[in-house]
Amino acid sequence: MSRPGFVLEVDDRTPPLVVHEGEGFRLETFPRGTRVVYPPESLPGIRDADGAIRRALLEPTNSEPLPVLLTAGMRLTIAFDDISLPLPPMVKPDIRQRIIEQVLTMAAAAGVDDVEIISANALHRRLTAAELKDIVGERVFRSFFPQGALYNHDAEDPDGMLFIGETDRGEVVEINKRAAESDLLVYVNVNLVAMDGGHKSVPIGLAGYKSLRHHHNSQTMVNSRSFMDHTKSAMHHSAWRMGKLLADHLKIFTIETTLNNDVFPDSYGFLMKREWEWGVRDQASMLAARRGLAIAPKSVRHNLYQGMRAPYGLTGINAGETEAVHELTVAKVHQQQMVEVQGQSDVLVMGVPYVGPYNVNSTMNPILATCMGLGYYFNSYRGQPVVRKGGAVILYHPVEPDFNQLHHPSYVDFFEEVLSTSTDPAVIEAKFEQQYATDPWYIHLYRTSHAYHGVHPFYMWYWAAHAMDHVGDVVWVGADRKAVERMGFRAASSLQDALEMVSGTVGRSPSITYLHNPPHLIADVR
Amino acid sequence: MMLALELFRSIPRYAAARTLGSRMPGLLVGPMAPVRLVTRDEPPVRHDGWARVRPLLSGICGSDLGVVTGSTSLYFSALVSMPFVPGHEVVGELLDDATDHSGAPLPRGTRVVIDPVLACAARGLAPCPSCASGRTNLCNHVTVGHVSPGLQTGFCRDTGGGWGEQLVAHSSQLHPVPDDLSDERAVLVEPIACAVQLARRAQVPSGGSVLVSGAGAVGLFATLALRELTVAGRITVIAKHGRQADLARSFGATDVASPDEAMRAVRRATRALRVAPAPLPGPAARIVGGAGEMLLGGVDVGVDAVGSTGSLDTVLRSTRAGGRVVLSGMPASADLSPAWFRELEVAGTYASSGDAFEVATGLARLAPLDGVVGGRYPLHRWREALDHAHSAGRLGTVKVCFDVRSRA
Repeated sequence: MSRPGFVLEVDDRTPPLVVHEGEGFRLETFPRGTRVVYPPESLPGIRDADGAIRRALLEPTNSEPLPVLLTAGMRLTIAFDDISLPLPPMVKPDIRQRIIEQVLTMAAAAGVDDVEIISANALHRRLTAAELKDIVGERVFRSFFPQGALYNHDAEDPDGMLFIGETDRGEVVEINKRAAESDLLVYVNVNLVAMDGGHKSVPIGLAGYKSLRHHHNSQTMVNSRSFMDHTKSAMHHSAWRMGKLLADHLKIFTIETTLNNDVFPDSYGFLMKREWEWGVRDQASMLAARRGLAIAPKSVRHNLYQGMRAPYGLTGINAGETEAVHELTVAKVHQQQMVEVQGQSDVLVMGVPYVGPYNVNSTMNPILATCMGLGYYFNSYRGQPVVRKGGAVILYHPVEPDFNQLHHPSYVDFFEEVLSTSTDPAVIEAKFEQQYATDPWYIHLYRTSHAYHGVHPFYMWYWAAHAMDHVGDVVWVGADRKAVERMGFRAASSLQDALEMVSGTVGRSPSITYLHNPPHLIADVR
Repeated sequence: MMLALELFRSIPRYAAARTLGSRMPGLLVGPMAPVRLVTRDEPPVRHDGWARVRPLLSGICGSDLGVVTGSTSLYFSALVSMPFVPGHEVVGELLDDATDHSGAPLPRGTRVVIDPVLACAARGLAPCPSCASGRTNLCNHVTVGHVSPGLQTGFCRDTGGGWGEQLVAHSSQLHPVPDDLSDERAVLVEPIACAVQLARRAQVPSGGSVLVSGAGAVGLFATLALRELTVAGRITVIAKHGRQADLARSFGATDVASPDEAMRAVRRATRALRVAPAPLPGPAARIVGGAGEMLLGGVDVGVDAVGSTGSLDTVLRSTRAGGRVVLSGMPASADLSPAWFRELEVAGTYASSGDAFEVATGLARLAPLDGVVGGRYPLHRWREALDHAHSAGRLGTVKVCFDVRSRA
């Protein structure tokens, strides 16, 4: 029986606690009285995953069984969440592979010949062939990739997008043409956090800039409170409007999966345990990891972390009509990640780990670190933010100004040009977004190389807009001073220094909450 | 007798300068310098139309430093006569009654700036085709006539130069300085006139984009002239140091980029495509040169205002197909493949001609030039002056001058 999450209050007996900071971690001693929010322990995984998948396809929610929807001569498209999910990537076989294989088996049995499989990467980078193979598995890859029937979505292909219509708010809905013109679109999702899934899958994953700009903007992001609660997120409201419009034009069979909190491999199992419960083996693993990471060259550390695969357990799979499925999915995610927290605090402390959705097999640059800390982790709440309005956020990450030139070319320019002009999301949006979104070189690299779209760094910055609007002070511990100053923040070398620096905002005896994340958690702030 | 700095012929010192100049500039203002402070006879007036001038301020130009450090091309060796007193950016006062370039009388004591080109008129010759067309900076007769070979005052043994207490100048070289123009601004008229020439040679199309590589005196004045005299749209300046960047903006740059960031900045501004060769392993990359990144697209006009290989390479690789590359200052060698592949028009710009001095005087009056002359040295502190000029950008200085009157 897995234990629920809980809030620890630090006292004299509390040992130093793990805080993630990029490709490493530290043991931090928090001031007495600090609240530490621990995620629930991992729910048990479903033992017969293949059986659960089969049941979900045969007994869907608010939909006919999948075999009934499959008919000979039809045009079938299968789209799946790209490499940005889950985090970290999962050990093989990927859950998407298991689902796609069963969908294809049923399609073959029904005599469906016209099948294409699309990575729903929206404006994310194209996956390499090896990355596609990791997700769909060897068998599917060999059967579809050489024929060009397994490929990345291209939102900038003028012949590959289809205008569907506009919502009642004038939002343009345009998605992948092959998907839009299919008799059936099967979407295979990995619902890592509550923000994912639902109508965020097809109307976003298979869309382009013309659609995304309606909800990926500073105004919408500031008014999404939070992303983890789609009923109170302006971004999700927009996606839901688009999804409803899309559902009138296209038959979509949604398959959503939920995972447990086993985010680290066995050798790093201590990172998922409460520190005072570490046994001798955990202590030894921790010491070995710390010493090893301390002496390892940067490249070795990077490879070690990026090579990590999570032994997730499948906690749920639901299929059928998108909204009905998503309600079941969100309930399961909440069961795994929700922790009740009583009231807000003056200071929120978070450790930003090595991986986010946009640096898998890549580098977490300063903008992605900001997105991870002030975007995803800050927004990992329901009800109200963990930190009070005007409070302070303290983050841990090296924030080195390292950029992956292959994956993030526009990020370099965003950091150098845009952020040196302004850090205000609204100002940036008005002055620079169009220029970057339509830049032919960025578009060329997005379409032919493995680069995120030119507008992508803007979206990352917008993710942090709510936090920047809400808090009065942001300090990064252990960060590159110049890099964080470029982004309008401050750097400190220790927690004590950071607390001293924010004392002007929150006083000398602030209430502090530390989110012990990862594994993933959602603070349900009452 | 007068005090003057003299550049003299010394093969060992020249060889040392050429070998070590770029690596150990400190040596060049020490015992290895082919420069010496001497007491020598004032240059005499030998022909009609010439007058004596007492320099007040005399600037140290990049080309002067090039001669001292041995980095100047040997191409110019036949166009100078040794030993000579350097200094061609001069504001001085007349010691004789004279006339200016247009024939207007200039009484003794008048402050003047000097157009340093020693063209046909100064040499007592009938105008060559270039001089006849008013393009005196392209004179074909710079090695013959009344005075010894020398493309300019400051490179000719007969005329003296600004780094001495007296020189002689021909009336065709004299331009009076308005009373309301300070010496500090007047000494900048000659380099600004060169920038005026550059702006004209650039032939910037209406709203065209311009890249100025370098933000020393040449680059900054080029920016000023391009902004004031052309219909340029976006002007991007590559500046190494903070003060240079600030000045470039105040002189009219739309944006400023560091050298490392230059190609990216131009690409963003012009929405060009950037092409970079696949990276080679370390040792191979060192052996195979010329494999840098380039733009397909780029600025309409690129200006090399440094004269280094890196700067010229950047300009050639960031100018759009069919665009114009302007060489200001003495150019270094570079890979000319882009000039061929992109059908670039490569244009030189040397000194000035026509009414450039009048236009430059107007700019010197109005432009934000306060503080541009950042160092003034008496002649006997020439080592410090050259050292300062050599590191001017890093030290936040644009122009270093000799204050010829000073004994302090």
